[in-house]
Amino acid sequence: MAKWLVVGISDQKIAFSPDKLVSYALGSCVGVCIYDRKLRVAGLAHILLPNSKESLHCPVNPCKYADTAIEKLVAGMEAAGCRRQRLTAKISGGANMFDIPGPSIGEKNVEAVKLKLLSLKIDIVAADVGGNHGRTLIFDSVSGKLEIKSLFHGNKII
Amino acid sequence: MHDYTNLGEFQKDVIRELGNIGAGNAATALGKLLNDRIEITVPALKFIEINEISGILGGPENEAAGIILRLSEDIDGLLVYLMDCDFINHLLGCLICEDVKDIRSISELGLSALKEVSNILSGSFVNVLCSFTGSKIRLSLPEIAIDMVGAILNFPASFAGEMSDQLLLVEVEFILSGDSVQSHLLLIPDIRSLNKIIERLGVG
Repeated sequence: MAKWLVVGISDQKIAFSPDKLVSYALGSCVGVCIYDRKLRVAGLAHILLPNSKESLHCPVNPCKYADTAIEKLVAGMEAAGCRRQRLTAKISGGANMFDIPGPSIGEKNVEAVKLKLLSLKIDIVAADVGGNHGRTLIFDSVSGKLEIKSLFHGNKII
Repeated sequence: MHDYTNLGEFQKDVIRELGNIGAGNAATALGKLLNDRIEITVPALKFIEINEISGILGGPENEAAGIILRLSEDIDGLLVYLMDCDFINHLLGCLICEDVKDIRSISELGLSALKEVSNILSGSFVNVLCSFTGSKIRLSLPEIAIDMVGAILNFPASFAGEMSDQLLLVEVEFILSGDSVQSHLLLIPDIRSLNKIIERLGVG
């Protein structure tokens, strides 16, 4: 029986087949889903902010920021036996919920996530980001598929 | 400097009371607008971990309208209104005779009425805050989002997140016509502003 592991804001978890990872109601947050197809190991980081170096607060919770959270997740997956060259990423979230002028926190989050994944040489194989709606993510460790649910914009699988 | 965690009981009481007076003033304004009696609950002061924010008003996937106004100048922070479909139906029924059965189908006029109500409520709330703390506060225009509560609350979470892993909420419920419909008002000051408020009130 597959277990559902809930990943809250500024948190991350690793799931082994057949378990699923779920993050509810992301707005500007970004869910970074990393997968090792061979071992069927899935990791999900639910990040709140782009850059730990801009933090005005110490000590920094590494799971809160894109740069540190992705590094930590990848290290955790490698410690579980995953190989870097097999890892692929799917990302979702980063919406701009409120129509406030200037670059939104959602956009900054998505940019920071893309940069970090690039520097770690992990390919983004699918993405559903931006817009102005919330998303719930369900990441399946068996198939590596990411199911995205929304209130008004339908559901999709990437 | 006070962190959220080391506020004394007396200081918490003072902030709660500020929330109470501000919300009382806002409720009076709303009552006049609707020509109805509005009750408010005693404000709850909540210190919560940022990752718990989406669970505070039922489940993160519940649908709601969220309206956000930003406070700036002497005090930085956010005012957030969360309204469910029943509350909106009652409000818009009174104001513009609009019947809202589904939160997704509010008319343009309805949306701007909701913003205007938030504007009026926030104005009365902030006036009290200004006169009690001797501060100058600028209020942004309201912005609205209709979606999952959790997604709406990402905004205040990221606002507070750069400075802390915690968030201070002054939470007030507005009760219209008995106890049948409710809305939440959240006041979220940032840490520096919280210290300023405490200092200005001479309770540091």
